[in-house]
Amino acid sequence: MELNTFQQQAFDYQRPHIEKFGKRAWFWTIFYLLWIVLGGYALYRQMTKGHGITGMRDNVVWGLYIVNFIFFIGISYAGAIIAGLLHLFKVPWGKPIIRLAQMMTIISVVVGPIFILLCIGRLDRLHYLFIYARLQSPLTWDVVAVLTYFAGSVLFLYMALIKDFSVYRDAKLNIPKWKQKLYTALSLGYRGAASQKRHLIISQNLLAIIIIPLSIIVSSILSWVFGMTLRPGWHSTIFGPYFVLGALYSGCGVLIVAMWVYRKMYKLDDYFTDRHFTYLGYIMMVLAAGYGYFTFSEYFTSWFGSEKWDSEVINKLFNPAQYGWWTLFANVAGIILPIAIVAIPQTRKTGPITLVAFIMVIALWVKRYLIIVPTLESPLIPMQDTRHEYIKYSARWPEWALTFAGIATFMLFFTLISKFVTVVPVSGLEDTKNNREHAMGLLKKEKIQPA
Amino acid sequence: MKQEEINDKGRRDFIKTAAIATVAATACGSLACSCSSKHEPPKTGEKVKLLSQDGEIVEIDSSHLDHGNHMTMAVKASKKQAREGIPGRKFVMVIDLARCKNARKCVSACQKMHHLPEDKEWLTIKLMQDSDKGSPYWFPKTCFHCDNPPCVKVCPVDATFKRQDGLVLIDNERCIGCKFCMAACPYSTRVFNWNEPHQDVSIANYTPETSTPSKIGTVEKCDFCPDMIRQGLLPDCVTACPNGVFYFGDENEDAVTNGDETVSLSQLLKDRGGYRFMEELGTQPRLYYLPPKDRLFPVERGYESLPEKTKEKYKEAMEKKK
Ligand code: SF4
Ligand code: SF4
Repeated sequence: MELNTFQQQAFDYQRPHIEKFGKRAWFWTIFYLLWIVLGGYALYRQMTKGHGITGMRDNVVWGLYIVNFIFFIGISYAGAIIAGLLHLFKVPWGKPIIRLAQMMTIISVVVGPIFILLCIGRLDRLHYLFIYARLQSPLTWDVVAVLTYFAGSVLFLYMALIKDFSVYRDAKLNIPKWKQKLYTALSLGYRGAASQKRHLIISQNLLAIIIIPLSIIVSSILSWVFGMTLRPGWHSTIFGPYFVLGALYSGCGVLIVAMWVYRKMYKLDDYFTDRHFTYLGYIMMVLAAGYGYFTFSEYFTSWFGSEKWDSEVINKLFNPAQYGWWTLFANVAGIILPIAIVAIPQTRKTGPITLVAFIMVIALWVKRYLIIVPTLESPLIPMQDTRHEYIKYSARWPEWALTFAGIATFMLFFTLISKFVTVVPVSGLEDTKNNREHAMGLLKKEKIQPA
Repeated sequence: MKQEEINDKGRRDFIKTAAIATVAATACGSLACSCSSKHEPPKTGEKVKLLSQDGEIVEIDSSHLDHGNHMTMAVKASKKQAREGIPGRKFVMVIDLARCKNARKCVSACQKMHHLPEDKEWLTIKLMQDSDKGSPYWFPKTCFHCDNPPCVKVCPVDATFKRQDGLVLIDNERCIGCKFCMAACPYSTRVFNWNEPHQDVSIANYTPETSTPSKIGTVEKCDFCPDMIRQGLLPDCVTACPNGVFYFGDENEDAVTNGDETVSLSQLLKDRGGYRFMEELGTQPRLYYLPPKDRLFPVERGYESLPEKTKEKYKEAMEKKK
């Protein structure tokens, strides 16, 4: 495939990253693998000893695992929606970051469902989900939805990659044979012929159109796993949109952090410019406001209505002796801080935006915890139990080990994928001449501006 | 007990039909006589009250009841039967809160029958207090076998199911242990096997009706003892209660019994103001409560005599009262 100068430059610049697996990459890979091994051991213990080794008990039947599930799946939906929108609206500045958003989508849709599997007491019967599938169950909807979504997002990423694969194939890279062969196979004989281009564009557009509503549906279905039960704090009509927004919001934060990390590690300052951070910062701010609005509606209506059960959960959330401090953190760091940092021109800089995005992502994880655990700790019938671990949930080592193993898997995939494809899509800017010029102009301007 | 026999009987008194097997068994000396009358178990001397075909109470030796190994060939339901339920029946339970003094005999009987460890209670007794000025009362709680059961709605693999006779059961050979049903049941009825159960049970023939033995990584709960019902016996909690708190029966027959007296369900609910717990949730329980009016015992009676460990459970609620 022919590359224009700009693309050629982008490719040459990133070439070393896909050509060799450097020391640093090895270091991190091994580091992540160690965590994964620890997680594997925890899983082995959990499967042989039973779920009794976790902190979950009869009241709090789901704990960290489901929190991580919601968290990762949310990131994934966000990646898909952001990539889909950037693609469909042909946002010129979006070109360099689309791949990152798509990587995020795929990686977290692989990592997320692992956590739902960890909640299952009988993994040996997993196939029952298919052979005895019962359509009434929101869990069945979730299985179908996540699988469909997975297929959709893999295709979406792949379609966007085909052109790049043909670039790698033709570039005479200094790589092992198998890798060369893989590129050749994956590029599906793409040569940039007019008909090939047309087909590719049509399929990409179609997938982008499909993936956006799909993410919204799948995210809502996930929220219904909770919304459909009769539990205080869960049984809420706004849970669908609330989860969609929460997903988009936290995903936006992860994207900012990922951009920053790659910019640092691979010196991609020319591609992930300060302007990208500012623009994504704006998006983050708008989402924060929306998310704050939903959170406020949720808390305010249940507090004001003060039904017995609702108040019990609200009291737990706002009582400093229980979850009060966490609620404060989740809402200050997760809503107010990002709005403030982006709103004030003096702090609207790459560094602060990234930092606040990072803190916000953690706050949103805490927020998910606050959605799940306090509700489960407030059954409608008084517990009157003497066993402390049944009354109050606290995660035990296998859950933490597996949580960190999940994060390590997430990072590991990022490391490996960025050694296989370029993080900035090289053929991504060829669509129209206009775009290319615009993007190049943007970058040039960015360069003269002081950071 | 022959299937057609039950069908033919149609709407005859539940107690009568339920007792056929008992009476037949008493006649030839062993409950399991239809399959083998050779193995007469040694008499225990312990007498058990049962209802006869004519609605009379008869006493038989407890050795005739097949407790420890409670499914015999004669009554063991097939997997299909266990999912469909007993035709023509609509089981129902009534709990008389005015008579409960937290004697906890139901709890231990249930645990014994299902080989449960001490800290696992399918049947629990809560100390409830409806309002600040209201007086606290003991509240035995089984599975409500809801007619609109949230637990069944959410099960992804049909491991928990609603039968035509009203019971909600769990097939622990099907359950994948996702615990969704536990999150969905608003009454905290279900318990999970967090660890290897280590039961001393030698039953090879599990069916969802026996609920025993437990299996690690699966969910279980009160089942209204359908295996006992098939043998023509009342659930164990009903017979174990010294105060006749539990009434069990058939809504189709409009009759319930607590082992001492057999009464009309509708009359009982009418006379005593029967209600269903948290009706507003729309789960439509198959279990009714009679309000704790004109109580037989002061609430303290069920507290003072408890062992320290059990007392601990109710301490907070008891102190709130004072
Ligand atoms: S009480 Fe709970 S477990 Fe029993 S049927 Fe109702 S919802 Fe299901
Ligand atoms: S835990 Fe078992 S019975 Fe409950 S919903 Fe899951 S599969 Fe069904």
